[in-house]
Amino acid sequence: MDTGFYKAYKKYDNASRAIFENIRPRDVARAISSRRLSTKDLVALLSTDAEPHLEEMARKARDITLRNFGKAVQLYTPLYVSNYCSNECVYCGFNSSGDVERKTLSLDEVREEAEFIASTGLKHVLLLTGGCRVEASVSYLKDCVKVLKEYFSSVSIEIYALEEDEYTALIDEGVDGLTIYQETYDEEVYGKVHLSGRKRDFRFRLDAPERAGIRGMRTINLGVLLGLAHWRRDVFMLALHAEYMQDKFPSAEISVSVPRIKPNAEGFAPKYAVTDANVVQMVLALRLFLPRLGVTLSTREDADFRENMLPLGITRMSAGSTTAVGGHTAADSNAAQFEISDKRDVREIMDMLSSKGYQPVLKDWVG
Amino acid sequence: MEDVLKIGGKEIKSRFFVGTGKFPDKAVVRDVLEASAAEVVTVAVRRVDPDSSDENILDHIPERCVLMTNTSGARDAAEAVRIARLAKAAGCGDWIKIEVINDNKYLLPDNKETIKAIEILAEEGFTVLPYMNPDLVDARRMVDAGAAAVMPLGSPIGSNRGFRTEEIVRIMVDEIKVPVIVDAGIGAPSEAARCMEIGADAVLVNTALSAAADPVKMAEAFSKAVEAGRSAYLAGIPERIEEASASSPLTGFLR
Repeated sequence: MDTGFYKAYKKYDNASRAIFENIRPRDVARAISSRRLSTKDLVALLSTDAEPHLEEMARKARDITLRNFGKAVQLYTPLYVSNYCSNECVYCGFNSSGDVERKTLSLDEVREEAEFIASTGLKHVLLLTGGCRVEASVSYLKDCVKVLKEYFSSVSIEIYALEEDEYTALIDEGVDGLTIYQETYDEEVYGKVHLSGRKRDFRFRLDAPERAGIRGMRTINLGVLLGLAHWRRDVFMLALHAEYMQDKFPSAEISVSVPRIKPNAEGFAPKYAVTDANVVQMVLALRLFLPRLGVTLSTREDADFRENMLPLGITRMSAGSTTAVGGHTAADSNAAQFEISDKRDVREIMDMLSSKGYQPVLKDWVG
Repeated sequence: MEDVLKIGGKEIKSRFFVGTGKFPDKAVVRDVLEASAAEVVTVAVRRVDPDSSDENILDHIPERCVLMTNTSGARDAAEAVRIARLAKAAGCGDWIKIEVINDNKYLLPDNKETIKAIEILAEEGFTVLPYMNPDLVDARRMVDAGAAAVMPLGSPIGSNRGFRTEEIVRIMVDEIKVPVIVDAGIGAPSEAARCMEIGADAVLVNTALSAAADPVKMAEAFSKAVEAGRSAYLAGIPERIEEASASSPLTGFLR
């Protein structure tokens, strides 16, 4: 049975190709001047017809962001505890068929990483694993969270999709945020880039944010990996998914990420090019469509681009990032999941934000 | 007689309260507070890090100010109570603005959960100032539960849409015995003046300052507007006459 977001997804999946073709320039003008945007307005802002209007959209997006979030950007850093993986995702450096050195941190090593990160002043950490439920089991993750909660106000997870009870188990240990990317909302492409493993189950992943929401997760970050499929349709679905989550869980903070695929050891090349202007356009469209939506910008993007994106709607950034297991403290860094573009440490990112007139927020929860 | 606002045993001269969440730089908060002579300042507990060796927002709040921590981020009464207790334990005093928000789209407060939190915190000795959706009946419940003041919104937080809830707030001002402080949505000094003209006891502003090109100058402007509005209220604004006096008096037959 089609339930949850999949029902809305199905309604638009077939139609989404056609609706982009039906956009006229006047639809863009109307969308920009609307107070509350309809789904059709969203399509208009994501269409090629909106491309000449980026400056106008940017001005509006900046005002909306300023009113809703102020001149403050929340910072966090990723902490990879395991890169074992049972999924075969063709774009990922931790792909199960890949020949990378595998490692799962001991709890002492997790503590070392936590101590280092905490020494930078950050109070928000994102705990990451590969897709292996045996090596990085829920009970292992519970133990990791116990350690991390000694150091951080907020612990989010970016791991394989869980069952409802498993989300509760982690929330009970103190997890307050979930990041889970659908990668692509194109079900056909999804099947082609996820060759084997539990992640192949499109629906199970699609419904994961809702399962976490039902169990009271405070912040939920959705995302697409740009380059796998047509970005306009992917971002359209991402926006609808975020809207669905906002409507269903009004007390949760919903945010999105729109990272572009970066080269990794596998040498995967994205099928679809996504330009800087495209990323700008989607962030503006997301901001205008959902004024209260959080938008996270990772270190996959380079320093210049991240700085220029700041006023357009960004509310959260990573800093001092590493995508290698134990990468914060290990002297000889093992395999990275993907390449980091913005390599600046937490202090440098804080100084950059201050110089741009933004307050770096290191702590934003009392967990 | 000096016109002072009394809340929780404290006497407050400035009726312009300042929020701190959206400023680009914590140091700006100090300049804003200096320029406006504001005495009550609200800070989100979720943003305070007592362990931090870095500059802390609390370091920028002048001695003369009353710190009113807020429970931003709380989704129900239990979370608000937990945050309030943390604030007290961290030495942030006992003034707490209760903010319980269950709606992340509009950030509209949950009066019902707020009332529950007031009951618990007032009992524990906090000076409780609830942020609320303007409503007379709920405001009475809040006072009964122990609120030291009530803080109805002017329009949604961050909207800068102004004093849209005037009719209801006016009734609250007439009926509620504790101070009524208009919090949220006030976008311009003229709107703050309007709140004060109808008898609100104070106005709290954040976004209108932080989003201004010159927050310090804007804070000064707000401070003056709040003072002007208060003076007008005290002076007694004559009721608006809707039409010219009738030329033949309606009670002329009595002569």
